[in-house]
Amino acid sequence: MDPLSDTIIDIRGLTFSRGSRTIFNNIDIQVPRGKVTAIMGPSGTGKTTLLKLIGGQLKPDAGQILLDGDNIPTLGRSDLFAARERMGMLFQSGALFTDMSVFENVAFPIRVHTDLSVDMIRDVVLMKLQAVGLRGAADLMPSELSGGMARRVALARAIALDPDIVMYDEPFTGQDPIAMGVLVNLIRRLNQALGHTSIVVSHDINETLSIADYVYIVADGRVIAKGSPEELAAVESDQVRQFMQGLPDGPVPFHYPAPDYLQQLLQGSR
Amino acid sequence: MLDWIQSLGHRGLSRLAAFGRAGRLLVQSLVARPEPVTMFPLLIKQLYFVGVLSLIIIVVSGGFIGMVLGLQGYTILVDYGSEQAVGQMVALSLVRELAPVVTALLFAGRAGSALTAEIGLMKATEQLASFEMIGVDPMRRIIAPRFWAGFISMPILTIIFSVVGVWGGALVAVEWLGIFDGSFWANMQQAVDFRNDVLNGVIKAVVFGFVVTWIAVFEGYDCIPTSQGISQATTRTVVFSSLAILGLDFLLTALMFGEL
Repeated sequence: MDPLSDTIIDIRGLTFSRGSRTIFNNIDIQVPRGKVTAIMGPSGTGKTTLLKLIGGQLKPDAGQILLDGDNIPTLGRSDLFAARERMGMLFQSGALFTDMSVFENVAFPIRVHTDLSVDMIRDVVLMKLQAVGLRGAADLMPSELSGGMARRVALARAIALDPDIVMYDEPFTGQDPIAMGVLVNLIRRLNQALGHTSIVVSHDINETLSIADYVYIVADGRVIAKGSPEELAAVESDQVRQFMQGLPDGPVPFHYPAPDYLQQLLQGSR
Repeated sequence: MLDWIQSLGHRGLSRLAAFGRAGRLLVQSLVARPEPVTMFPLLIKQLYFVGVLSLIIIVVSGGFIGMVLGLQGYTILVDYGSEQAVGQMVALSLVRELAPVVTALLFAGRAGSALTAEIGLMKATEQLASFEMIGVDPMRRIIAPRFWAGFISMPILTIIFSVVGVWGGALVAVEWLGIFDGSFWANMQQAVDFRNDVLNGVIKAVVFGFVVTWIAVFEGYDCIPTSQGISQATTRTVVFSSLAILGLDFLLTALMFGEL
């Protein structure tokens, strides 16, 4: 079955620029429901920006971002916050609230959006922390956690309200191999157990491909390839191959644009 | 020359845009639907950080400034044989001018800079974005309680500054230099008018509290989320607040006491 037959997020003709720099130029991305979709690409191609656009924190210059038919950029403030209740986001830095304990961090979205009793909240928080293996760390403060643990707590917070969509912003960056393995496992397992849609933004190729059902590769403001991990391995394009195999030079040049090397050296003072 | 005009225009426009953003922040955080149940505990916490923790510096400064006023007033007035007027001099200069202005300057340095750095760091560590994604408006959750806390604390701190300052002046003039305490207090009571002096001083404090807190939360919210950006924003908070306090003080004084 075509994975794109049932999409939860449908991005059409999205254009976004920052200053004079065009980050996305008329791109289309469909996110299949209940699957793990990876959005990959070199650093600086605006992958995090894409998540912020989906979350409505940024507004596009043109195009639509449809979440089950609702166009996110045109939603009013209260509708937008209601739409965000359906999304959980794991920020690159974890973004735990530093003045709250691990327990309070995970309990926060539940307290804000539900009227559950104190006991119920306690049970839900402990269940979420158990899912990420940090039930024992409930009373610690964020400053007492390692980077990998902080990200797992942030993951527990992101899934606290059982959202329909969980967005992961560079979940593997800066993690040691053990923490990375734990996270890869968690993302896959949680996706299967909770049945939500996952969007993983990353440039860690092997880890991401191992859990993704569908992959988009974004570069130069457009989608240069899409498909299942197997389909991508067979793509002939130089640009895709350079990225997938991590080659230092290719269509994405090693050198930042600069004047002629010899001429600049001979010029003397700048 | 053309470059200079161009950069001047550019800076002017970006300042104007910043004013616009600051105005929007004010409206969004204050006019938004109030939520007393969630707001109240947050406000109490911020009142503690912004107000209670500023008490020591305010009390110590107020005491010393009052003492200096008593001493200086005495040495000048004693030449004319009117040292009994020290009381009214200390009280009037404190209540009308020094208490609101010095409290506001200290407040900008102590609490304003801390607010900017805290909010800036929350922005840099994506905590503000995180609030938004959880579906909580950071304007209401983070900005509004801090804003109200500063707005409420400043007049109270100013009154405390005045009281301690008057007491410091009395300590020097009466206890040390030996002015008859009856005339010290009686002169003060006669000269200080509640409506014209005390109330006007408090009005100044309210205005300064509003402006300093506004600048502090805006600079934090609007800063470039890097370590350099936060340090620049903190500096801007202290500099802009101080300039705004001094400029507004002149304006308010002219309005309040101009025709006296």
